[in-house]
Amino acid sequence: MSLVARHLEKHGYPTVIIGAARDIVEHCGVPRFVFTDFPLGSPCGEPFDVDMQHQIVGLALDLLETARAPRATLEVPIEWRAGEAWKDKVFTVEQPFLPPAVHERWMKRKEAYREQKAGGEA
Amino acid sequence: MAHVEYMNRIRDYYLSQGYEKSYVWSHYEEVPFVPLKKPLSECQVTLFSTSDVSIKSAADEGPSEAETTVGNVYSIPWDTPLDKLYSRQESFDRYATSLDDINSYLPLTRLDEFAAEGRFAGRTANFHNINRGYSQRMMLEQAAPAALRKCRDEAADVVILTPV
Repeated sequence: MSLVARHLEKHGYPTVIIGAARDIVEHCGVPRFVFTDFPLGSPCGEPFDVDMQHQIVGLALDLLETARAPRATLEVPIEWRAGEAWKDKVFTVEQPFLPPAVHERWMKRKEAYREQKAGGEA
Repeated sequence: MAHVEYMNRIRDYYLSQGYEKSYVWSHYEEVPFVPLKKPLSECQVTLFSTSDVSIKSAADEGPSEAETTVGNVYSIPWDTPLDKLYSRQESFDRYATSLDDINSYLPLTRLDEFAAEGRFAGRTANFHNINRGYSQRMMLEQAAPAALRKCRDEAADVVILTPV
Protein backbone atom coordinates (compact mmCIF):
# COMPACT_ATOMS: atom_id res chain seq x y z
CA MET A 1 0.00 0.00 0.00
CA SER A 2 2.85 2.36 0.86
CA LEU A 3 4.40 1.76 -2.57
CA VAL A 4 1.11 2.69 -4.26
CA ALA A 5 0.75 5.85 -2.17
CA ARG A 6 4.27 6.92 -3.14
CA HIS A 7 3.55 6.30 -6.83
CA LEU A 8 0.31 8.30 -6.78
CA GLU A 9 1.96 11.17 -4.92
CA LYS A 10 4.83 11.17 -7.42
CA HIS A 11 2.24 11.66 -10.15
CA GLY A 12 0.56 14.61 -8.47
CA TYR A 13 -2.10 13.09 -6.22
CA PRO A 14 -1.95 14.03 -2.51
CA THR A 15 -2.35 10.79 -0.52
CA VAL A 16 -2.97 9.82 3.08
CA ILE A 17 -2.69 6.31 4.51
CA ILE A 18 -4.77 5.29 7.54
CA GLY A 19 -2.99 2.27 8.98
CA ALA A 20 -1.92 0.28 12.00
CA ALA A 21 1.55 -1.06 11.16
CA ARG A 22 3.54 2.03 11.97
CA ASP A 23 7.02 0.56 11.65
CA ILE A 24 6.34 -0.94 8.20
CA VAL A 25 4.78 2.22 6.77
CA GLU A 26 7.41 4.57 8.18
CA HIS A 27 10.27 2.24 7.16
CA CYS A 28 9.02 2.48 3.58
CA GLY A 29 8.48 6.23 3.81
CA VAL A 30 5.16 7.77 2.76
CA PRO A 31 3.87 11.32 2.32
CA ARG A 32 1.11 11.33 4.99
CA PHE A 33 0.19 8.68 7.54
CA VAL A 34 -2.54 8.55 10.18
CA PHE A 35 -1.38 5.94 12.67
CA THR A 36 -4.09 4.04 14.53
CA ASP A 37 -2.51 1.90 17.26
CA PHE A 38 -5.13 -0.83 16.87
CA PRO A 39 -5.04 -4.52 15.90
CA LEU A 40 -4.56 -5.15 12.18
CA GLY A 41 -7.98 -5.00 10.53
CA SER A 42 -9.49 -1.89 12.13
CA PRO A 43 -7.40 1.08 10.98
CA CYS A 44 -10.43 3.38 10.70
CA GLY A 45 -11.84 2.70 14.17
CA GLU A 46 -13.39 -0.04 16.25
CA PRO A 47 -16.12 -2.02 14.47
CA PHE A 48 -19.56 -0.38 14.79
CA ASP A 49 -18.20 2.66 16.64
CA VAL A 50 -19.44 5.34 14.26
CA ASP A 51 -18.20 8.31 16.30
CA MET A 52 -14.70 6.89 16.59
CA GLN A 53 -14.56 6.11 12.88
CA HIS A 54 -15.75 9.63 12.11
CA GLN A 55 -12.99 11.06 14.27
CA ILE A 56 -10.24 8.95 12.69
CA VAL A 57 -11.31 9.58 9.10
CA GLY A 58 -11.59 13.26 9.99
CA LEU A 59 -7.96 13.24 11.14
CA ALA A 60 -6.93 11.88 7.74
CA LEU A 61 -8.79 14.71 6.01
CA ASP A 62 -7.13 17.21 8.38
CA LEU A 63 -3.70 15.80 7.55
CA LEU A 64 -4.31 16.22 3.82
CA GLU A 65 -4.73 19.92 4.52
CA THR A 66 -2.12 20.53 7.18
CA ALA A 67 0.92 18.45 6.12
CA ARG A 68 3.67 20.63 4.70
CA ALA A 69 6.34 17.98 4.12
CA PRO A 70 6.57 14.20 3.54
CA ARG A 71 6.74 11.60 6.35
CA ALA A 72 3.94 13.48 8.11
CA THR A 73 2.64 11.07 10.76
CA LEU A 74 -0.39 11.88 12.90
CA GLU A 75 -1.05 9.49 15.78
CA VAL A 76 -4.71 8.87 16.61
CA PRO A 77 -5.21 9.83 20.29
CA ILE A 78 -7.48 6.88 21.08
CA GLU A 79 -6.76 3.59 22.84
CA TRP A 80 -8.20 0.21 21.87
CA ARG A 81 -11.13 -0.24 24.24
CA ALA A 82 -10.30 -3.81 25.30
CA GLY A 83 -6.80 -2.85 26.38
CA GLU A 84 -3.41 -3.65 24.88
CA ALA A 85 -2.99 -7.36 25.63
CA TRP A 86 -3.33 -8.08 21.91
CA LYS A 87 0.07 -6.44 21.38
CA ASP A 88 1.86 -9.14 23.37
CA LYS A 89 0.30 -11.94 21.37
CA VAL A 90 0.24 -10.85 17.75
CA PHE A 91 2.65 -12.86 15.54
CA THR A 92 3.85 -15.14 18.31
CA VAL A 93 4.31 -18.90 18.45
CA GLU A 94 1.66 -18.91 21.15
CA GLN A 95 -0.85 -17.30 18.80
CA PRO A 96 0.09 -17.75 15.10
CA PHE A 97 -1.25 -14.89 13.02
CA LEU A 98 -2.85 -17.23 10.50
CA PRO A 99 -4.59 -20.35 11.86
CA PRO A 100 -3.23 -23.59 10.28
CA ALA A 101 -6.01 -23.99 7.69
CA VAL A 102 -5.64 -20.38 6.54
CA HIS A 103 -1.87 -20.69 6.46
CA GLU A 104 -2.19 -23.74 4.21
CA ARG A 105 -4.43 -21.87 1.77
CA TRP A 106 -1.97 -19.01 1.78
CA MET A 107 0.94 -21.35 0.97
CA LYS A 108 -1.05 -22.88 -1.90
CA ARG A 109 -1.76 -19.44 -3.33
CA LYS A 110 1.90 -18.56 -3.03
CA GLU A 111 2.86 -21.75 -4.87
CA ALA A 112 0.29 -21.06 -7.62
CA TYR A 113 1.72 -17.57 -8.00
CA ARG A 114 5.25 -18.99 -8.33
CA GLU A 115 4.07 -21.31 -11.09
CA GLN A 116 2.28 -18.45 -12.82
CA LYS A 117 5.51 -16.47 -12.71
CA ALA A 118 7.63 -19.39 -13.93
CA GLY A 119 5.24 -19.80 -16.85
CA GLY A 120 5.84 -16.18 -17.83
CA GLU A 121 2.27 -15.17 -17.18
CA ALA A 122 2.90 -12.96 -14.21
CA MET B 1 2.42 0.71 25.58
CA ALA B 2 4.66 1.24 22.57
CA HIS B 3 3.38 0.23 19.15
CA VAL B 4 4.05 -3.28 17.84
CA GLU B 5 7.33 -3.70 15.96
CA TYR B 6 5.81 -5.81 13.21
CA MET B 7 8.95 -6.20 11.12
CA ASN B 8 10.87 -7.72 14.05
CA ARG B 9 7.89 -9.71 15.25
CA ILE B 10 7.21 -11.23 11.82
CA ARG B 11 10.90 -12.00 11.21
CA ASP B 12 11.25 -13.74 14.57
CA TYR B 13 8.05 -15.68 14.10
CA TYR B 14 8.97 -17.07 10.69
CA LEU B 15 12.54 -17.86 11.80
CA SER B 16 11.02 -19.86 14.66
CA GLN B 17 8.94 -21.77 12.10
CA GLY B 18 12.00 -22.84 10.12
CA TYR B 19 11.93 -20.25 7.34
CA GLU B 20 15.50 -19.23 6.63
CA LYS B 21 15.12 -16.13 4.46
CA SER B 22 13.70 -13.03 6.09
CA TYR B 23 11.47 -10.72 4.09
CA VAL B 24 13.15 -7.49 3.08
CA TRP B 25 10.72 -4.63 3.59
CA SER B 26 10.59 -1.67 1.21
CA HIS B 27 12.71 1.24 2.33
CA TYR B 28 13.36 4.63 0.74
CA GLU B 29 15.23 7.72 1.81
CA GLU B 30 13.36 9.99 -0.59
CA VAL B 31 9.63 10.44 -0.13
CA PRO B 32 7.50 12.27 -2.72
CA PHE B 33 5.15 15.02 -1.59
CA VAL B 34 2.65 17.30 -3.30
CA PRO B 35 0.48 19.82 -1.45
CA LEU B 36 -3.24 20.14 -2.19
CA LYS B 37 -3.72 22.08 -5.41
CA LYS B 38 -7.03 23.54 -4.25
CA PRO B 39 -9.06 23.64 -1.04
CA LEU B 40 -10.17 20.23 0.19
CA SER B 41 -13.76 21.48 -0.01
CA GLU B 42 -13.31 21.55 -3.80
CA CYS B 43 -11.60 18.15 -4.05
CA GLN B 44 -12.89 14.82 -5.29
CA VAL B 45 -11.82 12.00 -2.97
CA THR B 46 -11.11 8.40 -3.92
CA LEU B 47 -10.42 5.39 -1.73
CA PHE B 48 -8.13 2.36 -2.07
CA SER B 49 -7.84 -0.51 0.36
CA THR B 50 -6.36 -3.99 0.61
CA SER B 51 -9.42 -5.35 2.39
CA ASP B 52 -10.32 -7.60 -0.58
CA VAL B 53 -13.96 -6.58 -0.41
CA SER B 54 -16.33 -8.28 -2.87
CA ILE B 55 -20.02 -8.14 -3.68
CA LYS B 56 -21.95 -11.10 -2.29
CA SER B 57 -23.35 -13.23 -5.07
CA ALA B 58 -26.56 -15.19 -4.76
CA ALA B 59 -25.13 -18.01 -6.85
CA ASP B 60 -22.16 -18.39 -4.53
CA GLU B 61 -19.86 -18.08 -7.51
CA GLY B 62 -16.88 -16.94 -5.52
CA PRO B 63 -14.60 -14.04 -6.40
CA SER B 64 -13.65 -13.27 -10.00
CA GLU B 65 -10.15 -13.59 -11.44
CA ALA B 66 -9.83 -9.79 -11.33
CA GLU B 67 -10.46 -9.96 -7.60
CA THR B 68 -7.88 -12.64 -6.91
CA THR B 69 -5.00 -11.92 -9.32
CA VAL B 70 -2.09 -10.55 -7.33
CA GLY B 71 -1.10 -7.04 -8.39
CA ASN B 72 -4.48 -6.26 -9.94
CA VAL B 73 -6.62 -3.29 -8.89
CA TYR B 74 -10.38 -3.70 -9.19
CA SER B 75 -13.30 -1.33 -8.59
CA ILE B 76 -16.71 -1.61 -6.97
CA PRO B 77 -19.50 1.01 -7.12
CA TRP B 78 -19.33 3.11 -3.97
CA ASP B 79 -23.13 3.10 -3.80
CA THR B 80 -23.30 -0.67 -3.32
CA PRO B 81 -25.38 -1.31 -0.16
CA LEU B 82 -23.05 -2.27 2.69
CA ASP B 83 -24.96 -5.46 3.41
CA LYS B 84 -24.04 -6.67 -0.08
CA LEU B 85 -20.32 -6.30 0.62
CA TYR B 86 -17.99 -8.60 2.50
CA SER B 87 -14.24 -8.87 2.99
CA ARG B 88 -12.30 -11.95 1.84
CA GLN B 89 -9.18 -10.74 3.63
CA GLU B 90 -7.71 -13.36 5.95
CA SER B 91 -4.62 -11.46 6.98
CA PHE B 92 -5.84 -9.48 10.01
CA ASP B 93 -5.75 -9.90 13.78
CA ARG B 94 -8.71 -12.27 14.09
CA TYR B 95 -8.05 -12.73 17.81
CA ALA B 96 -8.48 -9.06 18.64
CA THR B 97 -10.95 -7.71 16.07
CA SER B 98 -13.26 -8.65 13.19
CA LEU B 99 -13.98 -7.51 9.65
CA ASP B 100 -17.73 -7.48 10.26
CA ASP B 101 -18.05 -3.70 10.00
CA ILE B 102 -16.86 -2.50 6.57
CA ASN B 103 -16.46 1.07 7.84
CA SER B 104 -13.77 0.10 10.31
CA TYR B 105 -11.37 -0.57 7.39
CA LEU B 106 -13.15 0.79 4.30
CA PRO B 107 -14.81 4.03 5.46
CA LEU B 108 -17.40 4.37 2.68
CA THR B 109 -20.22 5.68 4.87
CA ARG B 110 -17.95 7.88 6.99
CA LEU B 111 -16.58 9.55 3.84
CA ASP B 112 -20.09 10.01 2.47
CA GLU B 113 -20.97 11.80 5.72
CA PHE B 114 -18.00 14.15 5.33
CA ALA B 115 -18.98 14.81 1.70
CA ALA B 116 -22.53 15.65 2.82
CA GLU B 117 -21.08 18.06 5.40
CA GLY B 118 -19.10 19.74 2.61
CA ARG B 119 -15.70 18.79 4.03
CA PHE B 120 -14.76 17.84 0.43
CA ALA B 121 -16.61 18.26 -2.87
CA GLY B 122 -17.49 14.64 -3.52
CA ARG B 123 -16.17 11.17 -3.98
CA THR B 124 -15.55 9.01 -7.01
CA ALA B 125 -18.23 6.65 -8.34
CA ASN B 126 -16.14 3.64 -7.30
CA PHE B 127 -13.80 2.57 -4.56
CA HIS B 128 -10.84 0.38 -5.40
CA ASN B 129 -9.08 -2.68 -4.08
CA ILE B 130 -5.41 -3.42 -4.46
CA ASN B 131 -4.69 -7.15 -4.56
CA ARG B 132 -1.65 -7.15 -2.34
CA GLY B 133 1.26 -9.48 -2.88
CA TYR B 134 4.70 -10.04 -1.46
CA SER B 135 6.46 -9.06 -4.67
CA GLN B 136 7.40 -5.41 -4.37
CA ARG B 137 8.25 -5.44 -8.08
CA MET B 138 4.72 -6.51 -8.90
CA MET B 139 3.29 -3.79 -6.66
CA LEU B 140 5.51 -1.18 -8.33
CA GLU B 141 5.11 -2.33 -11.91
CA GLN B 142 1.49 -3.44 -11.92
CA ALA B 143 -0.55 -2.33 -8.93
CA ALA B 144 0.80 1.23 -8.67
CA PRO B 145 0.30 2.16 -12.37
CA ALA B 146 -3.14 0.49 -12.28
CA ALA B 147 -4.09 2.59 -9.25
CA LEU B 148 -2.89 5.72 -11.05
CA ARG B 149 -5.14 4.90 -14.03
CA LYS B 150 -8.10 4.60 -11.64
CA CYS B 151 -7.36 8.05 -10.23
CA ARG B 152 -7.18 9.55 -13.72
CA ASP B 153 -10.26 7.73 -15.03
CA GLU B 154 -12.35 8.92 -12.09
CA ALA B 155 -10.95 12.46 -11.95
CA ALA B 156 -9.88 12.09 -8.34
CA ASP B 157 -8.01 14.95 -6.68
CA VAL B 158 -6.91 13.31 -3.42
CA VAL B 159 -6.48 9.72 -2.31
CA ILE B 160 -7.16 7.89 0.96
CA LEU B 161 -5.59 4.45 1.37
CA THR B 162 -6.54 1.98 4.09
CA PRO B 163 -4.28 -1.07 4.38
CA VAL B 164 -5.81 -3.90 6.40
